[in-house]
Amino acid sequence: MKTYTIALAGNPNTGKSTLFNTLTNMRQHTGNWAGKTVLRAEGTFQHLDTQFTLVDLPGTYSLYSNSADEEAARDYIIFEKPDVTIVVLDATSLERNLNLAIQVLEMTNQVVVCINLIDEAKRLGIHIDIRKMEQKLGVPTVAISARNKTGINELLSQVLKVASGEIVPSPTPITYNDEIEQKINELVPSIQEMLGDRLPARWVALRLLDGDESLLTTMKLWLTDQDSYKKEEALQYGQTACH
Amino acid sequence: MGKQLAISAPSQLDALVKKAQRMGTGDSIRDSIVSDIYKTTHGICREVVQYEDQQKLANSYQLDRIFTSKIWGFPIMLAILGLIFWITIAGANVPSSMLADMFGVIEGYLTAGFLAVNAPDWLHGILVLGLFRGTSWVISVMLPPMAIFFPTFALLENFGYLPRVAFNMDRMFKRAGGHGKQALTMSMGFGCNAAAIISTRIIESPRERMLAILTNNFVPCNGRWPTLILLASLFMVVSSSGGIQTIVTASIVMGMVLIGIITTFTVSWVLSKTALRGVPTHYTLELPPYRRPQIWKTILLSSRDKSWSVLKRAVIVAAPAGVITWILGNIFVGGDSILTHMAAFFEPFGHLIGLDGFIIMAFILGLPANEIVLPILLMGYLSSGAMVELDGLDNVKEIFLQQGWTWLTALNMMLFSLLHYPCGTTLFNIYKETKSKKWTLLSALIPLAIAIAVTFTTAQLARYFGWV
Repeated sequence: MKTYTIALAGNPNTGKSTLFNTLTNMRQHTGNWAGKTVLRAEGTFQHLDTQFTLVDLPGTYSLYSNSADEEAARDYIIFEKPDVTIVVLDATSLERNLNLAIQVLEMTNQVVVCINLIDEAKRLGIHIDIRKMEQKLGVPTVAISARNKTGINELLSQVLKVASGEIVPSPTPITYNDEIEQKINELVPSIQEMLGDRLPARWVALRLLDGDESLLTTMKLWLTDQDSYKKEEALQYGQTACH
Repeated sequence: MGKQLAISAPSQLDALVKKAQRMGTGDSIRDSIVSDIYKTTHGICREVVQYEDQQKLANSYQLDRIFTSKIWGFPIMLAILGLIFWITIAGANVPSSMLADMFGVIEGYLTAGFLAVNAPDWLHGILVLGLFRGTSWVISVMLPPMAIFFPTFALLENFGYLPRVAFNMDRMFKRAGGHGKQALTMSMGFGCNAAAIISTRIIESPRERMLAILTNNFVPCNGRWPTLILLASLFMVVSSSGGIQTIVTASIVMGMVLIGIITTFTVSWVLSKTALRGVPTHYTLELPPYRRPQIWKTILLSSRDKSWSVLKRAVIVAAPAGVITWILGNIFVGGDSILTHMAAFFEPFGHLIGLDGFIIMAFILGLPANEIVLPILLMGYLSSGAMVELDGLDNVKEIFLQQGWTWLTALNMMLFSLLHYPCGTTLFNIYKETKSKKWTLLSALIPLAIAIAVTFTTAQLARYFGWV
């Protein structure tokens, strides 16, 4: 049986933990506040003939090196390379949530965007054109309600398609201002020469320009030895951070 | 190829970093990267999202005008907290004595059974009076308050109230020199300090994160709620009765929480003026929409995850502790049991801070987890004094009274429990997060010093004025 690793990324309090519980049939306490999941948690589930390992990343607003949890989420996506990253967005505050989605899309194309709390949005009179969103982003986009368990099958079938390579998403790249674009173009060839396709060159170029020290340190470690670089022990569900 | 790459890549990377630096990088680049992303997302949303009625959206936050208002924010916070304590205390009494009755009946049968087969006295002592009685004490005393408190608190959490608490306290934390997010990690500490230590990762600045770690212990965690609630309901309300009694008890528990919060502010303030100097950084705090909690799911989950697991831990320790303390209490050296000798050793120090030798021993042995302090103490008392038949909460009080407890003992034990060093797991997490022996040690010593100083002061004052 095939096994795929799926990561859950998203802003804090978008219902990632609820989705995690729904998918893995686990019953971990969830709370309505930012920063509940700080360590990443892992669980497994089956869909059709496929085994999935699900990794719940800490909820963050961005994936720059602002704090330990942002670094943990970023490092996982970029260095551990999950087969698919599900970006969970809160339908009721989509604009703020999309920032993180865009940042993930710069790191990997193996993404399914999952708009959660769609029932809540409907209640508040917010209409979201999912198909148009999909076109704009260039990756499969699904609307769900994790707590009412709607849209889950659609989500899983998209995840499976992306994981198996049946769909190869091609995210729409962000265009930066001319000055930055020019610098990116200058850097990208030497990055590609050095890393091949092991890391996304455009993203690395942006981080180099940004002078992201902590990322560069981790990257060096990873380049030197991909195995011994290991940051966190994952937290198995069923065992909490509490004793 | 792979290996070659592995060796040469880092130096190539350095060269690239230099190249990028020459291009002129820094804050301005980060700003324009972020603002270009914002422009993109704004563009997407304008095309994709339609709002029927912006007003409707704003209305969902209307509750915040009350919950986070400058005037009503704090009174409402205290009222909600007080209400939860009141429900817990008022509701726990009856099931507690029912459980105790049930265990009492079972114990009767067990004893009859032991007599029927002519089992030796010591075996009956160890198994029935030690193991069974000890364990059933712990269950009937601790289970009911936990079964009420944890689900109620979880409902409040899932409703979305905790971020409002953080919002209300944000300014005070800033004034104390800490980070506003410290309010969030503190709220997490109400559940479990060990988990809260890990949650301090959301604080960016190392200085402010250290403040949050060092002061997290001052809010009572799952393991300490039962101790506080039980002692408050047993002791602090000797004179009042009935409905008033529960209200007074609830206020006392709330008073403890407030003392904990005030200590958090004070210690943060002192540290930020001394060992951890610096200016607080800014951040934005998100207030999530209020959501109707899934009531039954929340109740079941929190019962399983919290009430059950805390009880399990307490029983796992209480069972062998019951056996061991019974043995220690029944082996006599020079006329006194070993247990009495041990307690006598700590007695002078215990007396100094208004406690006794058994309590000190319970706190020392309770280092691995706070939920076992009370069970150990009960074991100690049960095996040393006259054996008391199990008969509900009033009975626990009788045991304490026989040991010479006064309201001062109860008050100081609550204060000591609130302020003393964090549990073993929390200390271990602090070490893992700070990677520093010095800070880990300090995170135990600072609270301990405060706990001793506070209880010493109350004990001396109470005795000086002749209140006890």
